[in-house]
Amino acid sequence: MATVVELPLDLFKGPTDPDWCPGCGDFGVLKAVQTAAARQGVHPHNLMVVSGIGCSSNLPGFIHAYGIHSLHGRAVPVATGAHLANTDLKVVITGGDGDGYGIGVGHLIHAMRRNLDMTYLVMDNQIYGLTTGQASPTTTVGHKTKSTPRGNVEMPLNPLALAITSGATYVARGFSGEAKQLADLIAGAIAHKGFALIDIFSPCVTYNKINTYPWFKERVYKLEDEGWDPGDAQKSLQKSFEWGDRIPLGVLYKADHSTYEDSEPIFKKGPLVQQPLGISKELFAELIDEMI
Amino acid sequence: MQEVTIGIAGAAGDGLDKSGDSLAKTAGRLGLHVYAYNSYQSIIRGGHIWLRVRLGENKVYSHGDHLSALVALNQDSIERHANEVEEGGAVVFNGDRIKCGADMVRPGVQVLPMPIAQVTSDVVKEFGPIQPVMQNTVMMGAIMYLAQIDLSEAEKVLADTFQHKGQKVIDLNVGLLKCGYDYARANVKPITGEWKFSRQRRPFVTGNEAIAIGATAAGCKFYSAYPMTPASSILHWMANHSEKVGVVVKQGEDELAVVNMAIGAGIAGVRSMCATSGGGFALMTEAIGMAGIMEVPVVCVEVQRGGPSTGLPTKTEQADLNQVFGASQGDFPRMIVVPRDVVDAFYTTVEAFNMSEKYQLPVLLMSDLLLSEHPETIDADALKHDVKIERGELVRQWGEDAGRYKRFAFTKSGVSPRALPGTENTLYVSASDDHDEESILISDMFTSAPVRRKIQEKRQRKLEYLLKELPAPQLEGPADADVTLIGWGSTYGVIREAVEKLNGDGVKANYLIVKYIYPFHAKEVSALLSRCKKKISVEANYTSQFARYLRSETGIAMDAHINRYDGEPLEPNQVAQRVKDILAGKPLNLELSEAEAREVAYHYLRTHYGEKLRPAKLTREKANGRQEDFWRVELVERATGQKQAEMEIGVDTGATYSYKAMQPA
Repeated sequence: MATVVELPLDLFKGPTDPDWCPGCGDFGVLKAVQTAAARQGVHPHNLMVVSGIGCSSNLPGFIHAYGIHSLHGRAVPVATGAHLANTDLKVVITGGDGDGYGIGVGHLIHAMRRNLDMTYLVMDNQIYGLTTGQASPTTTVGHKTKSTPRGNVEMPLNPLALAITSGATYVARGFSGEAKQLADLIAGAIAHKGFALIDIFSPCVTYNKINTYPWFKERVYKLEDEGWDPGDAQKSLQKSFEWGDRIPLGVLYKADHSTYEDSEPIFKKGPLVQQPLGISKELFAELIDEMI
Repeated sequence: MQEVTIGIAGAAGDGLDKSGDSLAKTAGRLGLHVYAYNSYQSIIRGGHIWLRVRLGENKVYSHGDHLSALVALNQDSIERHANEVEEGGAVVFNGDRIKCGADMVRPGVQVLPMPIAQVTSDVVKEFGPIQPVMQNTVMMGAIMYLAQIDLSEAEKVLADTFQHKGQKVIDLNVGLLKCGYDYARANVKPITGEWKFSRQRRPFVTGNEAIAIGATAAGCKFYSAYPMTPASSILHWMANHSEKVGVVVKQGEDELAVVNMAIGAGIAGVRSMCATSGGGFALMTEAIGMAGIMEVPVVCVEVQRGGPSTGLPTKTEQADLNQVFGASQGDFPRMIVVPRDVVDAFYTTVEAFNMSEKYQLPVLLMSDLLLSEHPETIDADALKHDVKIERGELVRQWGEDAGRYKRFAFTKSGVSPRALPGTENTLYVSASDDHDEESILISDMFTSAPVRRKIQEKRQRKLEYLLKELPAPQLEGPADADVTLIGWGSTYGVIREAVEKLNGDGVKANYLIVKYIYPFHAKEVSALLSRCKKKISVEANYTSQFARYLRSETGIAMDAHINRYDGEPLEPNQVAQRVKDILAGKPLNLELSEAEAREVAYHYLRTHYGEKLRPAKLTREKANGRQEDFWRVELVERATGQKQAEMEIGVDTGATYSYKAMQPA
């Protein structure tokens, strides 16, 4: 394994400053991504940050890296295509709970099932912020939003349970209020071979007045402080349902399974983007001959 | 020119496509030209499958509208098709199971009931009992004799087909083929004279295979798809050849994933393609616009089938043009191109990749079930491996001191040299929000009307240069024609043959096939159409979508339209006849013909009463109090021929008014 050479953090400073609301949790996530990439020695030109649509999906514009700011809900398949086309790129997907667990949840499940070697950071604020405050897939029951004036009646989705049962091999939860741990979690996800999902509490200071920084601070604890062993899928699944007075942060589940890329023989010749175009005369003749 | 058309009819699961394939491949190896069309249904077992294989000494451009011989694999097929066989032809079937009375065929048609058990007795003695599906091989043997196809070549085709199953299976099949051939030789006369076999081996290729191979030759490295008829056979070809040709094939969870994966791969710098049919394309449309605004090269194939909605999953139509035009919100540059035949499908796919990279835009390649699924023979050297690959302006290196790289630099041509992710010092974001030259959004914090104006103009400007590179369509056939047929895509073959027939019949006709739908040669086509006398559009849709587009682009309206929208392909005589009627001022007759009324009765019986009855005699009667004239259909028992029931079918609306069972005698 190649030795990791840490890079200076300011190398990742983006061309424009974030336009998130002051106090938004996403600032912390951006900083953590930059810190993790620097620590893992991923050069900006080898980093591909892919997002969908939403406040948090604006992140690729605020970091010095290649980026794709794609359609609402489609970050995962766009990232999949980019990643399979150039497996030398480190692909980090960033987005929100509406983007990843709502409109894009179908793609998320299948990407995890494939155990593609990508990292997905969901900035979960339990609300639709960019559209000014409607219920999201992780909004808690009873929460009154612009679209649920009598209180939300739908069960919030459990992203960690979904990830474990769908086949993700690095499942974690972070909190933008825990900067150091978050950077560690992201660095671990980037280093992990396989699909990593980190659900990150990233409070929306404007539209979610329930799940605020103080609300989380009172409840969260770190799995590593309790000596959690993330190696048992059954136990991790059980743990993923812990919610309420105590909410765990950290790596909930981690496994070493073969990735989608391992099963593709074409990658043995290197990244697709570096492979020559066209077809030899002999092979072409063989293809035509099949039809005679 | 000598030609024959063999029809093979049966149910799904009868294996008739394999039989047709052996016949076509044999003919192709002998140097004959073949065009086949399989009219099938969305069913895995049962139903009615109707495969026509047309063979000719010269190139044949459609499945035509003649029938020289019928192989019927069940009773239903005899009833439906025996009377289509033309004088001098033959009807072949398993005489142990199926009947065909002399009254069921036209005069001068030979009826060959094959006593399969007796014919195959020697083979059974040697190899043991044969499976029902193997009767097909016996009957194909008979067809080889009737159509005067070289038996030894057919044996070689079977040997190649069954090579993977071992010599015993080859010997069994060759044995069955031979005994069918010998039985026919002893009992019937050939339906054709001797052929001049050039023995130039011709590949037998479908449109979808041509697209897949074209993509491979063009350097496609990533193919994504979700199964959908009639695009699935591209996926199957790609999956089967993936490792060999170096194309990563990804089946997505839905078409949203498929197109977005292809776009992601395009951004990362590999040539990528996806394909679907109309329903899947409907899901892809938002992403097509994203490829437009992000200026991503990607090829998206839309293989049309009967719509709307689930529509006719296994039938052909050309009714998605409006959808492809309408794909995605907003104005953005894209190319829409429609190949006309199998060879054209290959080269059009190559061109699609080149144009998509040169002009950094999505290319929408349209096909339809007819073009994509029908196989035809092509010349062995028609497809070349060393096609031109043009990647457009790529930035491979950018010095640290070269200043900031602008991914969307405003250039005269509108094309901004593209750096691929992974390149040092050229970092950028591909954004679905509109953006400035440096790809910084102009939609959020920084908005700028003039920047938006200039980037929109830059993107659209690419089309001007693209159009200049594309050849304008030309009239084909005599320049001073009295009537011009106008079409797009797969109808080329039928239009070409209809025009040949018209000229043969003394009607001076020519035709115009448009390939580049967008950008469009409005100036050239306007000039060309304004010189034509009578203009008739020919389309496999109801609303003449292409003719409407022509009118919007040129201001020139057609004098008449020929449309077919029943799911079956247009046929040359049908088109030629309608042209003559139009020229004679005869209005379009949409009444149910007797043959169609018979089909309606069959449909009603099958859906309500199973296989016991069949329609026999049809009489047209006056309305007599109803809103329209109607067909009175006598329904008889299949086994006895006894009248059992009667139904009435409206001549105009096709309504099934009544079904009356006879009192038991």
